[in-house]
Amino acid sequence: MNSIFVSVLAASALFVAGCGGSKAPETAKEESAAPAATAPPIDEANAATITGKVAFTGDKPTMRAIDMSANPICARAHAGSPQHSEEVVVNGNGTLKNVFVWIKTGVPDRQWPVPSTPVEIAQKGCTYGPHVIGVMAGQDIKIVNDDPTNHNIHPMPKVNQEWNESQPPNGDPKLKKFAREEVMIPVKCNVHPWMRAYIGVVNHPFFAITGDDGTFTIKGLPPGKYTIEAWHEKYGTQDVDITVGAKESKTQDFDSAQMKTS
Amino acid sequence: MNQVLLHRYAVLWSFCTLFLVVAGGLVTSNDAGLSVPDWPLSYGKLMPPMEGNIFYEHGHRMVATTVGLLTIGMVVWLMCAERRRWLKNLGWISLLAVIAQGVLGGMTVIFLLPKPVSIGHACLAQLFFSTTVAIALFTSGGWQRGRQFVDDSGAPPLHWLALAAAACVFLQLALGAAARHQAIGILPHVIGALLATGMVLWVTVRVLMRHAGHDALRRSALAVLFITILQVFLGIAAYMSRVATAEAPQPMPVMVGFTVAHVAVGALTLASSVVLAIQIFRHVRRPLAELQTEGVAVPSA
Repeated sequence: MNSIFVSVLAASALFVAGCGGSKAPETAKEESAAPAATAPPIDEANAATITGKVAFTGDKPTMRAIDMSANPICARAHAGSPQHSEEVVVNGNGTLKNVFVWIKTGVPDRQWPVPSTPVEIAQKGCTYGPHVIGVMAGQDIKIVNDDPTNHNIHPMPKVNQEWNESQPPNGDPKLKKFAREEVMIPVKCNVHPWMRAYIGVVNHPFFAITGDDGTFTIKGLPPGKYTIEAWHEKYGTQDVDITVGAKESKTQDFDSAQMKTS
Repeated sequence: MNQVLLHRYAVLWSFCTLFLVVAGGLVTSNDAGLSVPDWPLSYGKLMPPMEGNIFYEHGHRMVATTVGLLTIGMVVWLMCAERRRWLKNLGWISLLAVIAQGVLGGMTVIFLLPKPVSIGHACLAQLFFSTTVAIALFTSGGWQRGRQFVDDSGAPPLHWLALAAAACVFLQLALGAAARHQAIGILPHVIGALLATGMVLWVTVRVLMRHAGHDALRRSALAVLFITILQVFLGIAAYMSRVATAEAPQPMPVMVGFTVAHVAVGALTLASSVVLAIQIFRHVRRPLAELQTEGVAVPSA
């Protein structure tokens, strides 16, 4: 009888230990995206511009104050003025901040030059700044730790390779890049679970992020028919078809009420 | 005297393991699993700064190391002082389980929380805790005093009912782990709760109705019943607190508290149902006539 129980416990333990198989890193995703065929030079003289704003509609949500008491260093950085969540930031003029606006479809399939200047994201006061960034695929992202405390940087992409690295207090900046287009990649710090940022990675330079006035500008766009998308972390996305002619400047506004979460 | 000390050591080992389950629950609920990106060292050190969520992740590793050492101590003690071969074997199995558990824990860090590994890590923790409780039972004075047989007839046999209840509880824990690691939704776990609670009620009510005069059976059944009812309420509280704090920018203490309590009492539910099954297999006999009717070979007296 007793041996029955020993066997049952042993079999259960071995089964569970065995069923937790490992997932090999998806190294294939690490490959660089294949460059498109060599294209004619960009005709900047005929380039179009799209500008607009992202309006916020509805009751302005109250963002909760972040409790940073788990790490006194973080708490001290905001002493007297607690940091609030940046999930929804409504500007004074009724527009929405931190919206990633990009040309989703229609951009000519060519190798767009990747800027040599990295886009910086800083960890300061145990928050990410800026909260949302955009880069081209293959462009460097410079990650800086300005805090006298440890952070870990953990992007959670679905298309690109996921990674998780620590960065010591005031440590050397890290340079990272993502090979493939992906909108958006959430980034978090597991040491400080309130820290969250988003990275938009696109294959071309036609993207912008709304700031304190809620506006955006996308310049240098070849004449053509496009789908332009506005993405927000809480409200989702809004897609609009738009056609621009040579040297044309068009306005395209978005509204949080028209955005849909997937 | 040695047996008493061995039993006390086993009880201490069980308590430390339950504390380890709590520490593991705190890691998951605080989203601290990857706050230390390296393994087996933490930030390249044995002792990193215990700031932010590093406290939970590295604290979990420290408690796990302690339980690992206690397990080695238990195996050594069993090999030196225990005569029952099957109990020595169970000690070795517990050591293998804790090693496997450590490796699974390391894999969760290195491979960035793959769901099957995280769920396996959670399930093995529950099984390991039940093993420590079983060993504490086997080394107890009550166990040494021998059997007090009672007869139980009728279908389904109480033995199979007890095994099925323990299996349902384990399945329910696995579903809970899968929901917690977002491999499945909450619905299977809710359905599993109905099934597991129903099975526990069935076996415990039957024991209490028929064998309330048997101390070991009564105590074991009451323990399972009380713990399971507590677990159901904790499950509801954990879910409601999660819904209520879903918009918060970070894990909130009310959610963490209820969820970790739910995980810990889940471990107690499995362990107590395993103990009840053990006690039923030890003390409950089925009438010879019933066994012979079923074609079970019964040795002649």
